[in-house]
Amino acid sequence: MRGSPFSDRNSKDSGKTTINVTDGTLIPLKDEGTLLSAWNISFFGAIALLVILPLLSPDPYLRILSFVPDGLVATFSVTLVSIFFALLIGLFAGLGRISQKRFINRIATVYVEIIRGIPLLVQLFYIYYALGPLLRLKGPAAAIVAMSICYGAYMAEIFRAGMQAIPRGQMEAALALGMSRSMAMRKIIIPQTIRIILPPIGNEFIALLKDSSLVSILAVSDLLRRGREYASTSFRYFESYTVIALIYLVMTLFFSRLVAMMEEKLRHRGKVH
Amino acid sequence: MEKYIEIIDAVKSFGSVKALQGVSITVKKGEVVLIIGPSGSGKSTLLRSVNRLERLDSGRILIDGESVTDPGADIRHIREEVGMVFQSFNLFPHLTVLDNITLAPICVLKKNKDEAIETARRLLAKVGLSDKEKAWPEQLSGGQQQRVAIARALAMNPKVMLFDEPTSALDPEMIKEVLDVMTELAREGMTMLVVSHEMGFARAAAHRIIFMDAGQIVEEAPPETFFTSPREERTRKFLEHIL
Repeated sequence: MRGSPFSDRNSKDSGKTTINVTDGTLIPLKDEGTLLSAWNISFFGAIALLVILPLLSPDPYLRILSFVPDGLVATFSVTLVSIFFALLIGLFAGLGRISQKRFINRIATVYVEIIRGIPLLVQLFYIYYALGPLLRLKGPAAAIVAMSICYGAYMAEIFRAGMQAIPRGQMEAALALGMSRSMAMRKIIIPQTIRIILPPIGNEFIALLKDSSLVSILAVSDLLRRGREYASTSFRYFESYTVIALIYLVMTLFFSRLVAMMEEKLRHRGKVH
Repeated sequence: MEKYIEIIDAVKSFGSVKALQGVSITVKKGEVVLIIGPSGSGKSTLLRSVNRLERLDSGRILIDGESVTDPGADIRHIREEVGMVFQSFNLFPHLTVLDNITLAPICVLKKNKDEAIETARRLLAKVGLSDKEKAWPEQLSGGQQQRVAIARALAMNPKVMLFDEPTSALDPEMIKEVLDVMTELAREGMTMLVVSHEMGFARAAAHRIIFMDAGQIVEEAPPETFFTSPREERTRKFLEHIL
């Protein structure tokens, strides 16, 4: 389950707002030795298995590995395109959530409430099957639409919390210098927001990468579906899904490490100059 | 001298708290007016109303004859000419010192970049921080940050400067460096409205001191008479506390 993605970490000693990501993904930190070694064991263990298994028994492991790469491409395209639109939707919905115009505020809030209250799988079904006759979207397009709308709501909350974490004095200083509210947002508030929301956005990216496996039911040949295709023709269910699981694991662990490094770097920015 | 800031019967409440209960002040061009008073007396609210960071419930404020409080007022244009310095500095942490100062002149006044940088360097020299133009705000001490904030406000070439407790967040040893800059500014003839309890600055630079309490003006006088022979009992009590 998702908790609130925001809370203060070390805010006393660093004097800056940082974000503690409480989503499920494992984010290793430098000073947490046990987490780091857990990451090492999982990541390098998974890679080792992906190398050793095909070497020991090329049939079926090597065959599976050569069968799934186009699924990997599909998984990444769906994820990247969805995250792009989710960010766009999230930015505007997040601005809407802090808007002083009641109507806009209400629309954005209702959007967030509705979307976050419905499981992603149900949303996928809804857009592909229930609205299918109306929208006439193909599998990949429906997947991207559903995931963008769904993750847009979560992104909106990240943008909202990020913008609200910027001290009020920043907006006041910008206004006092003669800037308009929108210019102050663009030049002062949003650049500072991006710095603090990059880690949680990276985390959403990882979550979306994992959730993208749901689109395999919409006739999208993603990683999971390719594995299923191999399994159902060869009846090698254990081997197929083992490889698929290992590939997902390597990807998510790799990206969570990347996010952790980014977070570390952002926290120290400004002190190195 | 001509009237520069006119505050006429300003009233403002926050919920049930009456912050301002009919305050009227006139500041002439080149005058330095210091507002003192206990916390909650409405002095910051009054100052923040002058550039409409707070909106009055009733009453009017004119700057150089132009209404600030009129709903149709071109408030952005007015704010260009009214510099403000905050208690918490409010430098932009994602910008270097130089960019903090040049941002508004470039984006708001549409000055060209070289010109803005030249002005910024001149102002940094004036506040004694020429060597800090590439620094980030968090690398500076509080006193240095506040001097950059003053330079940032001055870069808009304002006609009046508002100071909202500019030294309250500073360690004692840094207060003087900020007050020196403010005193210099006063000497150059800048019109200034200052909320502060710095009595040294009051004696050195203020033309007039206004004592506020409970959203009203209790007493106003030039510094020499204000400190030596306050008329009101409330003023005397307050002065005993802070002197």
